[in-house]
Amino acid sequence: MDLSFTKEQEAFRKEARAFIERVMPPHLAQKAEVDGHFEMPETMEWHRILAAHGRVAPHWPKEFGGPGWDAAQRFIWNEELETSGAPQLSPFGLTMVGPLIMQFGTPEQKQRFLPKILSGEEVWCQGYSEPDAGSDLAGLRTTAVDDGKGNFIVNGQKTWTTYAQYADWIFCLVRTNSQVKKQAGISFLLIDIKTPGVRVEPMLTTGHTTAFCDTWFDNVVVPKENVVGPVDGGWSMAKALLGHERTFIAAVGLSTRSIRRIKRIASTTIKNGRPLIEDAVIRSKIARLEVKLETLRVQNYRALASAQLGHAPGPESSVLKIRGSEIHQATYELAMEVMGQDQLAWFNRDGLIDPLEQWVASNYNYYRATTIYGGSNEIQRNVIAKMILGLPDAGKA
Amino acid sequence: MDFELTQEQQMLADSAAKFAKSSSPLARMRTLRSHGKHGEHELGWEPKVWREMADLGWLGLVFPEEIGGLGLGFFDASLVVEKLATTLVPEPFVPSVLVAGSAVMAGSLEQQKRFLSPMIEGKTTLALAWAERRSRYATTEIETRAKADGDALVITGEKVWVLHGHAADVLVVSAKQDGALVLVAIEKGAAGLSIESVKTMDGQRAAFVKLDGVRVPKENVLAHGSRAELALELALDRGAAAACAEGYGIASAVLWMTVGYLGVRKQFGVAIGSFQALQHRAVDMFVETELLRSAAMLACARVDDPDVQERRRAVSIAKAQLEDGGRFVVQQATQLHGGIGVTDEHDVGLFFKRMTVLHGLYGDAQHHLERFASSPSFAAVG
Repeated sequence: MDLSFTKEQEAFRKEARAFIERVMPPHLAQKAEVDGHFEMPETMEWHRILAAHGRVAPHWPKEFGGPGWDAAQRFIWNEELETSGAPQLSPFGLTMVGPLIMQFGTPEQKQRFLPKILSGEEVWCQGYSEPDAGSDLAGLRTTAVDDGKGNFIVNGQKTWTTYAQYADWIFCLVRTNSQVKKQAGISFLLIDIKTPGVRVEPMLTTGHTTAFCDTWFDNVVVPKENVVGPVDGGWSMAKALLGHERTFIAAVGLSTRSIRRIKRIASTTIKNGRPLIEDAVIRSKIARLEVKLETLRVQNYRALASAQLGHAPGPESSVLKIRGSEIHQATYELAMEVMGQDQLAWFNRDGLIDPLEQWVASNYNYYRATTIYGGSNEIQRNVIAKMILGLPDAGKA
Repeated sequence: MDFELTQEQQMLADSAAKFAKSSSPLARMRTLRSHGKHGEHELGWEPKVWREMADLGWLGLVFPEEIGGLGLGFFDASLVVEKLATTLVPEPFVPSVLVAGSAVMAGSLEQQKRFLSPMIEGKTTLALAWAERRSRYATTEIETRAKADGDALVITGEKVWVLHGHAADVLVVSAKQDGALVLVAIEKGAAGLSIESVKTMDGQRAAFVKLDGVRVPKENVLAHGSRAELALELALDRGAAAACAEGYGIASAVLWMTVGYLGVRKQFGVAIGSFQALQHRAVDMFVETELLRSAAMLACARVDDPDVQERRRAVSIAKAQLEDGGRFVVQQATQLHGGIGVTDEHDVGLFFKRMTVLHGLYGDAQHHLERFASSPSFAAVG
């Protein structure tokens, strides 16, 4: 039993931290320092900087441009990125469609798409959910019909297509066969978002950002070679994505950063002439939340150690998404509490409230999404109930 | 980073699991407990089983070879604690071996041999008497006094909730001598020592102890001053870490007992485990149980860390987590069992009570949160 990183790993961490500090340009570093918000162009700028140094895709195999790090190094790197306050890299290309293309794509697809995902030249978004297909994703209705001339004709609507307004490509689950069981008639299709007939409309989130979009497809012509894996085999593609490395999903680094911000705000907020962080009730609340986070960190280490040994994600990792997202939300809830009346502020001039507080309310609102996206926490619980606890299917017992 | 058990650790865990299942099933604890339907048992445990545990080497696991121990680490012992918890084995392994035994290790080699070797052989038991009516979880703000009288110390005061104190052959007692903490070993039957056996909610026993001018020869003084303070704090941290291992053992037993019940109990014509509301409750129990495992690993791997700050931090995180997660698991287990879960007849209540007792031992969550929040790392925001 050893909960420590090795000397080499600690040295790697030190180097990673110094590297991030060194390569982050001042205008991004200034925002990072006060936990500011990054818009997609800034995120992609950061992506391209890391890409230029060969560090944007630590989990990619060397042959596709990864740095050849092991699971522990990847984990440390990710933790350092998260705790640095740097823009969070867009996952759609790097951790979703990229690895899927590596696993199931044709040589032509690999050659066509992977280098541009890596370099950041092409930005991706995800087209899974539909207005009537959320947690019941297999009920999706966007159709792709073979036109007999080498193309699919796509019609339908995708929603929650996060950052589609910045995307060059969208990967979609589409219905290619309606004659079979609903999971069996779905294909995984890559669509150039600039194709005629694609229309993207951003919508405002409760965080007052335009993260989400609706994306419509009106007789969009997509070459058949853009299907990844077999036609009608898309459902297993989507499931394969879930089996990929899950040691990052707890977002322990982000929550660490978030708790640090709470302490910084509480240290400069004065109550009865004393810094708020000296208030027994507030201290106790922060400590209780940090205890939960530190326990989750050990849980995360267990998942990491298991990944290091080459094991598939086990019970220890299924806990990570549920608890990680809950804790992340709780950090923003507590930050709001610590802010007192400053939590009323909503996109005013600079300097009205402490710059550290500037994005807390927006994030508090928007991060309610973390327990919803990536398979809602209720869906995660359904999966654990069935796969780990072995409880009978609802309504079938 | 390595969370795999070694082959030896796996064998140790397996043998403890087997012992719990075959030598001390839950029914045994039910018979021996202090307030069952069938009346009183003086001890609450059995000396012959204690000797069996000695024969298995468990009572000497953490002690050095020169006094008859095996020289293994606390983590190894925690595997035994975790497995024994699954059937609530009532022998005083934690209070006698891991807590009082730890305090005795502050003494000289001669004292270690005198007080620990017989226990390692299964002939005696120990208890640590530190808490007082007005000290809550503080270790040095106490009222028991030690006065020098020639070569001896004379101890006067009262100790409360001395776990296993009702039957211990030797009590390790804390007292203040001119402002400095001392730890002394007092043998059963010493003049001026009176022990009142009291019942605890979990079916075990403890003692309220009065010391009325108890004369302690200097060869029984184990530690003095800061050495005594550190030794006492370490002993209690070991107790807290052991509580986390025990809490995880209890949570896992209760989780699977509950999942089993959800699969067989039928209402509305179906197994109630098919209802999503109950499934999600069970999953949340699973999540908390997994996290308790992580907490126990953290505490038990770090409790022997020579860096005292690191040890305190790890133990306090784990013990605070135990109270949050442990309460949730046993409360939900009761809820999912329905009315039967609130009866004395059903085993889930035995686990419920033991888990609840664990929260009050060796510093509750609030105590550990305060300690955690006063650590240097807590304030660091750089």
